[in-house]
Amino acid sequence: MARLRITGLYKSYDSVQAVRGVDLDIPEGEFAVLVGPSGCGKSTMLRTIAGLEEPDAGTIEIDGEIVNDLPPRSRDVAMVFQNYALYPYMKVFDNIAFGLRARKFPAGEIKERVLAAAATLNISGLLDRLPRQLSGGERQRVAIGRAIVRDARLFLFDEPLSNLDAQLREEMRLEIKELHQRLGKTMIYVTHDQIEARTLADRVVLLNNGRIEQEGAPLDLFERPVNRFVAGFLGSPSMNFIPARLVAADESLAVTFEDGTALAVPAAAYERLAGRSGHDVIFGVRTEHISRARDGDTREGLAPLSATIDVVQPTGSRTYVTFRLSGTPVMAELRAHDVEHPGQRIELDVDMNRAILIDPETDLVL
Amino acid sequence: MTGETRADAVYVPKDWWLRRRTWTYVGRYAAAIVITLLFLFPVYWIFIMAFKTPEEVFASPPIWYPAQIQFKTFAVLFRDGDVGTIGNSLITAGVSTVLAMFFGTIAAYSLARFRTGGENLAIWIISQRMIPPIVIIFPVFLVYVFFGWVDTFQGLILLYTAFNLPYVTWMMRGYIEDIPIELEQSALVDGWSRWQVLLRVVFPMARAGLFATAVFTFIFAWNDFIFALVLTRVEITTYPVQVTSFFGQQQTFWAKIGAMSILGTLPIFFAVALFQRYLVRGISLGAIKG
Repeated sequence: MARLRITGLYKSYDSVQAVRGVDLDIPEGEFAVLVGPSGCGKSTMLRTIAGLEEPDAGTIEIDGEIVNDLPPRSRDVAMVFQNYALYPYMKVFDNIAFGLRARKFPAGEIKERVLAAAATLNISGLLDRLPRQLSGGERQRVAIGRAIVRDARLFLFDEPLSNLDAQLREEMRLEIKELHQRLGKTMIYVTHDQIEARTLADRVVLLNNGRIEQEGAPLDLFERPVNRFVAGFLGSPSMNFIPARLVAADESLAVTFEDGTALAVPAAAYERLAGRSGHDVIFGVRTEHISRARDGDTREGLAPLSATIDVVQPTGSRTYVTFRLSGTPVMAELRAHDVEHPGQRIELDVDMNRAILIDPETDLVL
Repeated sequence: MTGETRADAVYVPKDWWLRRRTWTYVGRYAAAIVITLLFLFPVYWIFIMAFKTPEEVFASPPIWYPAQIQFKTFAVLFRDGDVGTIGNSLITAGVSTVLAMFFGTIAAYSLARFRTGGENLAIWIISQRMIPPIVIIFPVFLVYVFFGWVDTFQGLILLYTAFNLPYVTWMMRGYIEDIPIELEQSALVDGWSRWQVLLRVVFPMARAGLFATAVFTFIFAWNDFIFALVLTRVEITTYPVQVTSFFGQQQTFWAKIGAMSILGTLPIFFAVALFQRYLVRGISLGAIKG
């Protein structure tokens, strides 16, 4: 178990600045997920922690010890690679035992540990096979087995599930989460899949352009994004953004769109937003916070909105609909039978308590 | 398309032997056989020469195959010590191949993984191989005379090693670049040192390339004539030089040439046969990338 601390980390390749000043503190036993679009620097960070890349500046501490100058093998970390990195010429047993042999474990203990790891991952029957005789999920398990068998103090996962099909990915996600709960090890997990990030993480670290945009508990980031990037990145389908203006009208505030549509801002937010009245804003609302208006729904902060539905996408339990608000396509997630056909005109409620306003100049959430 | 047609019935037209396609195949095979015979005949001729008596060698009209296979020529070669030159060739080619493979592969690893010297160094290294041997042989000879290395194993081995290093470096760089780098990184994180990674991951992964390159390196040293001719006298004469000594001013010993050629081909023959599996994979490896 280990605490990981990164301070002022910079790393560039030729002309590309991959990591630009990252500070990060992961407490012992936490499952941290580095997430972000491709090229955001998340893999570079992971590889720097492993010692496979040398940082240009900054320090990496594991358990209070600065490991910058230590070669990978002396850092006592275990890493699972995206393409599994199994040795094709070794049987599964030898693949898993490879790291133990490097550390000169006695043969008896190697066998004991490999068998235990294989049992944990349900691959005991595969130990005599070669990697090419395994399915994708089995290979992934072997790769994870190779990491856990060593009992390293820090576990690094570099997009371990991205080569698996959707169903297998869900299964393995569950297994990795269980594994973390059982082992209690500090784990750093890199992915570009925000669903993976939200479901696995104790702490999500959202990266963009080599910097941390926001970090915290998954729901925190989801419900209280600090800027437009975070708001747009998390959530599927992603948040709707519509250009608007904040307008004051006798003791109330409203988000007004170019076509004249106005959505009343809830009273609770008056004080916070009053100073912005008369300014341009970007109105952000998640698909699930727009619902079909129902009689007797008197929850505070619902703003009525009429819309003509352009596209209907039923998914089963929910139905996604697209309509235009002041010319911008907006997606809403309604109940299965809320809409019958495209072209239908319906009344919607927008949950203004969950909507956000963004300053178009700074992209920060107001 | 009648209902009676059975799916598994093979339809053979009665006039198949008249069909154009049949004759195309016959023509192709006939041409292939003729061309093969044409190319194999000189090999057969030198081969069979070894088993003929001197009279049979010069007989006119030529004797296509001797009445009696006799091994007298081989006995003479062994008695006179000519066969020892094959031993010399084995030592020089063998040792220089091992040396060139070792240093060349390490250099290739450095070029491939640490980007040593960028793109240019690799090109510069392979360009050394493009120098015709004849251009450097006389300066080398003078240097060797100075060091007293003419007609010594170390002299010839060093030269072969130097001449093959660029080839090995270039070839192995390609093979190493084809290895997924994560395999090495995973081993590094798992606790192995760089040298151990080379030994336990890179070598096994590049095995086909290593064997293919080694065979070609060996063949170059084995077949070299010009370096050996200039740099050997009596002590370490290699077998190609020895073969030329059978071309006398008064007489050419064709039977000896034939017998020596057979003996000299055997090591290469066995090397290729032994590594054939890797050779084919090694040669085609770089070709099917992407």
